[in-house]
Formats: sequence, structure tokens, C-alpha cells
Amino acid sequence: MIPELGHFALIIALVISVVQAVVSLVGAAKNNAALMAIARPASLAQFFFVGLAYAALTHAFIVHDFSVLNVVQHSNLVQPLQYRITGVWGSHEGSLLLWVFIHSIWLVALAAFSHHLPQMMISRVLAVMSLVGSGFLSFLLFTSNPFERVFPAPLDGNELNPLLQDFGMIIHPPLLYIGYVGFAVAFSFAVAALIAGRLDATWARWSRPWTTAAWSFLTMGIALGSWWAYIELGWGGWWFWDPVENASFMPWLVGTALIHSLASTEKRGVFKSWTVLLAILTFSLSLLGAFIVRSGVLTSVHAFAVDPERGVFILAFLVIVVGSSLTLYAWRSAAVVSIGRFKWFSRESVLLLNNIIFLTAAMAVFIGTMYPLVVDAFGGGKISVGRPYFDTMFSMIAIPLLLLLGIGPTVRWKVDNWKRNSKVLSFFFISSLVLGMLIPFLVEDQLNIAVGLGLAGAMWVASTTFKELFSRLSRGASLPLSYLGMVMGHLGLAAFVVGVTVTMTYHIERDMRMVPGESYDIAGYEFRFQGVKKIQGPNYTADEALIEIWYEGKKVDDLIPQKRIYSDFGNPMTEASIDVTLFRDLYAALGEELENGAWSMRVYYKPFIRWIWIGAGFMAIGGFLAISDRRYRQTVTSRKRRRAGTNATVADNVA
Amino acid sequence: MNKRSRRKVLVLALVFGVSIATVLGLTALEENMLFFFSPTQVNAGEAPQERSFRVGGLVVPGSINRLPDSLTVQFEVTDNAENMTVEYTGILPDLFREGEGIVAIGSFAAGGRFVADEVLAKHDENYMPPEVADALKASGQYDYSGKM
Repeated sequence: MIPELGHFALIIALVISVVQAVVSLVGAAKNNAALMAIARPASLAQFFFVGLAYAALTHAFIVHDFSVLNVVQHSNLVQPLQYRITGVWGSHEGSLLLWVFIHSIWLVALAAFSHHLPQMMISRVLAVMSLVGSGFLSFLLFTSNPFERVFPAPLDGNELNPLLQDFGMIIHPPLLYIGYVGFAVAFSFAVAALIAGRLDATWARWSRPWTTAAWSFLTMGIALGSWWAYIELGWGGWWFWDPVENASFMPWLVGTALIHSLASTEKRGVFKSWTVLLAILTFSLSLLGAFIVRSGVLTSVHAFAVDPERGVFILAFLVIVVGSSLTLYAWRSAAVVSIGRFKWFSRESVLLLNNIIFLTAAMAVFIGTMYPLVVDAFGGGKISVGRPYFDTMFSMIAIPLLLLLGIGPTVRWKVDNWKRNSKVLSFFFISSLVLGMLIPFLVEDQLNIAVGLGLAGAMWVASTTFKELFSRLSRGASLPLSYLGMVMGHLGLAAFVVGVTVTMTYHIERDMRMVPGESYDIAGYEFRFQGVKKIQGPNYTADEALIEIWYEGKKVDDLIPQKRIYSDFGNPMTEASIDVTLFRDLYAALGEELENGAWSMRVYYKPFIRWIWIGAGFMAIGGFLAISDRRYRQTVTSRKRRRAGTNATVADNVA
Repeated sequence: MNKRSRRKVLVLALVFGVSIATVLGLTALEENMLFFFSPTQVNAGEAPQERSFRVGGLVVPGSINRLPDSLTVQFEVTDNAENMTVEYTGILPDLFREGEGIVAIGSFAAGGRFVADEVLAKHDENYMPPEVADALKASGQYDYSGKM
């Protein structure tokens, strides 16, 4: 009964979303306040019904309703409660339901926090959001119904993939989806502005906090995915250039370009049509990501069970979204006039360069990810692109990016004089370069250009960022949260670069064959293998090793890596054990039992690897700081006052 | 500089950046492309001798042979038409098992042995690497019922 209720709620939500979109678009076109006014309540209704469906599926998982196919396939009686709740998004169908649910949360948030916008604008934005949502709802209902029944109902279900039974997996997909779907908001603002034919700076101001929020969530989602892979897959890597990772990385890269371009458009009224195009592109890449993951066209860790019908559906959806928004763009953007003027050496130019660099990076990922598909389609055989391609591309792209990032925030809008800061900047540049090159030489007794450049780049960015911060402080200038957000974000990137260069160069990875009692030295740490015992978990049994770690005659930690066998299939699962400090990780993963009581084992030394995720965390926090800036709320109230007496106020009251 | 010519320069800069990226990208791409071969193709001598490539198939039951006192393993993979031997030193993935589909990345070493640097197994119960599925279909040995 409850699953049918959930299914029915989804159908109602689909109907509402289509009706809402049509009615409010017509209302906005005819300037009919009554028609436009349905946008907000209808959004709330969509949220309610999708939420109901989501609750229904969660309920089925919690109470072990094995008459529902999805529950049978992804949970069993011994699965702990928290993994039954998260098991909802462990499948293709369930994760799509989560996607739709998050879409409705963004929708209702937009409706709730947009009372400062003219009714016409917000009706259109909510209408475009609903149209996008109706696409996903149809996808869910027509190809991937999560409430499908199975008869007769089995007594127990299949275990959720053990890889997904992990804390990282509880939060990684929701955060990632919040980011992906959040870019639909930026897209909706852009398309609404195109429909209105009013591409002035105001749409940029309105969509900016939403876009930054989506970007911050996506940053966290990607970082968590990386962290989860590091712990859970037992390979100790943090990024694999897997097609699905790339699928999330492409919208991130273009989204990063977008949040920078939005700054130019909002503050100076430049790059208007470019910013619109970026917003469309970012969301299109989110959809492309969905296509890559759901269609199973590319070999990946993340592949769900493959169904060509789904791929075709998303591809069609992608073509409709991209095609219609680009047509609209071609039709409307001719009328856009850029009012802002700027000289060569100005913040505008620097931000434009930033955009070029990030798009180049996105392009590099796109080519590496999609090329095998193209080759295969033309009968060129099955190929894949190795990770050295991506590593080479990104180390080349990092150099101009870091160079630019050191200068960018010191440059003024409109026009600046290079000489104003040239002495200080040259000093920082040269000393970063010297120090960067010197550090690997002093620590390792060996010159290392790659590490040197990475450290130099990070120091260059950090030093100029702090320089700008201090000169602002000494001028007595205000430090708005949006500025501090930028500082955080840029420092985060510096930390990230340090983490990546040091880890990639100085990490030590050993596959070992060890007998209890043996020990092995890595980077001065002694790994003493004490033995393996059997233990019993809630829904698994495991071999658990004990490895003592000693450093300079003192015991540092016990590592207890496990090899788990989950009850259902006898599927082995590696559970790594890690000793963490800010400057290095010691990592042990258990392989398999060999002859004579020996075990194969991975032992890793990973210096500075935490800096990668800390850096990403800084970036995300920077984004959240930026959107909590008073500026957005101030413009809200002042705009409200200015608008008094217009029909918008009437509509606001209605809503 | 007026608006029109400035826009031109900006567009040119963009085109320039994108084309540089494309050229560099395609060069790097060319060098790091890994082709896939089935055991039948490898035995027919179609795989490159000098370059890394990927090979995939099902692990032949009973063929896994661990060399004593080392982490070196030899096993055979098959597309159900022909078999070939893969040698790998290191820890095999969790889901590496007899009869299951795997993909190995490596190249020929001295003596014509295929030595893998990396062995990938499928990641969940229902999933088979698409290349392996295609190789099995090509040899007419694919079981369309789903599970292998």
C-alpha cells in the first residue's frame, strides 16, 4: 500500500511540475499576476509529493518490505538500520529518486528565499526549474520506477554492495547531487533571463549566491568521494580519472569558471552573454555526467546495472535541454549590449583568463573521457585513456593558473597600473620560486623541479593572498565575508596543490608478503606485523590483522586492517586502517592469506595527503562564507524599498 | 581600443587557448591510449609488442598459480575460445575470482610473457566489464542470461 502511495505521489508531482511550468510561463508572458502566483505554492506542493515518495521508499527499506524489488535487491535482514536508510540511494532507481528529491528541495528553497525578486522573474525561474524537474520525474517514472513490486515476495533480500556500507557513502552521493542539481538553479536563472530578454547585471546578482552554494556542495561531494575511495577501495589512491569522477569534475571546472564570471557580470556588467552561456554549459555537463553514470557506456567503478533504454532517455533529455536553451540564447543574446568598459590590465581581464584556463581544463577532461566513446562508435576498437594523459594535462594547466591566481586578486576593476604592485609582486614571485626549489633540496637532498614548482606556486598564491589581506587591513578597508570567502578559497587551492605535489612525488607504496613477527621499514616508520585473527561483525566476518607502528623506538599506533566477508555472497572486502596526522598518513590494507601463515599486504606512506581534502574543504567553506555576505541581504531590502508600489509587491503578498 | 576590436582580440585569445590545449591534448592522448584485445586476438598476434595494452576475459578455473615466497601470480584468461597467460606481481583486487571477468593492463616482457601492471576486477556482483562482455559476444560464448 505505502509503495503504491509513493508511486502515486511521484505521478502527482510530475503533473504539478508540468502544469506549474506552463501556467507560470504563460502568466509571465501575459503579465497575469494570478497565473504567476501559482509558482510558489505549486513548488511547495512538488516538494511535498516528492518528499512523500522518498519517505515511502525509505519506509519500505526500514521495515524490510521485500515485496518491493528495489528493497529485495539492495538490503537484507541483517543490514544495520543506517545502511538500510542509505541503501535507498544505493541503486540506480533510488539514487534517481534522491536526485529528484534534492531537485525539489532546491525548488522550494528558491521559492522561500526569493521574495525580493520581481514576481515575473521568480515565476519564470521556478517554471524552468520545474521543467527540468519534470524531465527527471519522467525518467524516474518511465524507465526506473523504484516502487516496482515483486511477486511472490522473497523472505530475505540481497545484500547492499559492501563498498557502499560506509560513512563516506552515507554523505557523498547526497552532497554530490546537491551540487549537480544546484547548477540547475543557475541554469534556470539564465534561461529565465533569456526568456525575459533582460540580460542585465541583476540576474547575475540573483543567481550568484545560488550558484556559489551549488559549487560549494559539489566541491564537498567530490572531495568526499575522493576520501571514500582512498579508504574504502583499499588502493590508497585519491583520484583515478575514472569516467564517473570526470563526470563530476567537468561541471566543477566549468562551474568554477562560472562563479568567477558571475563576479564580473554582477560587479561590472561585462561578459553578460558569456556568463549565460557558462551557466547553460555547467548544467549541461551535469546532465552529461548523469548520462555517463546511468547509461553504463563507459567502464567505471560506479557503473550501475546497464540498461540502454535509460541512456537513450537521458541523451534525448540532454539534447532537448541543450538544444532549446542554445536556440533561446542565439535568439536573445544578439540584443545584449555590454556596458562595462575595461582596459587590458584589469580585474575583468584576469577573470576572463581564469575562465579560459578552467574551460581548457574542462576540455582536456572532456576529450580524455569521451574520446574512447567516439573511437568505439566509429569502429576504431575499444580503447581507454591512461592516467598519464590527465596528469600531464593538469600539471601543464596548473602553471598558468597558479601564476594568474597570485596576481588576480591584487588587480583593480576596470583599469589598473601594473607598476603599482610590481615591486612587491616580483619580490614574492622570486622568493616563492627560490624557496619552493630549495625545500625539496633541503629535505630530500635532491633537486625536484615538479615538487619545486608546485610548492613555489602554492607559496606564491598564499603570499600574495595574505599581502592583499594585510594591505586591506592596514588601509582600514572593510573585510566583507565575500572577500574572506575568496581568500579561503584561494588558500584552499594552495593547500590542495601542496598536497597533490608532495603526495604524488614522495609517497611510498609497497605490496608486501609478510609473516607474523616480521617488520618492515618505510620512511623511518617500522611496521611490525603481529598476526591475524578472526572477528565477527554485525553482518560480516573478518580477518583482522594487527600491525604495530614504531618510530624511533616509540610505539605510534596500532593499525588493524580487515578483510571482510559479507554474509550473502562471500564477497571479500578490504577495510584499510590508517594512522592520520596533518603531515602524513600511514596506511595498511590486508591482501590475502598465502602459504605458511604469510599474508599479502599493502603498506603505504602518504605525506601531506590530508592537505588535498583540507584544501577542498577550505574551498567549500570559502563558498559558504561568500554567500553569507550581508551584501546579498542588503541589496534585498534596498531593492524592496525601491520597488514599492509595483505589481511585484502585490504578488509577493499573494505568495 | 574600441569594443569591437577588443572583442575580436578576446575571441582570438580564446580560440588560441583552446587550439593549444587541443594540440597538446591530442599529443598526450595519442601517447597514453590503451587498446583492448581479447585472448583470441592476442594469440593471433594482433596486440602490439612494444606498447602497453589491455586484455580481458574470464579467469580460467584452476589456472591460478602462485609462485612460492613472492607476490607473483600467474593465471589464464579466456574469451571461451582461446586462453592466454597473465603474470602479475602484487595484490589482486577483492573481486578477482575464478570464472569472473577481469581486465589486465600490461605489456609483453622478455620471452613473450604478458606481464600486467594492473589487474581490474568487476566491482559488484552484476557488473561485467563491457569489453569482456563484447569479447565473449565476439567469440560467441556470451551467456545472455546476465550472470556469468
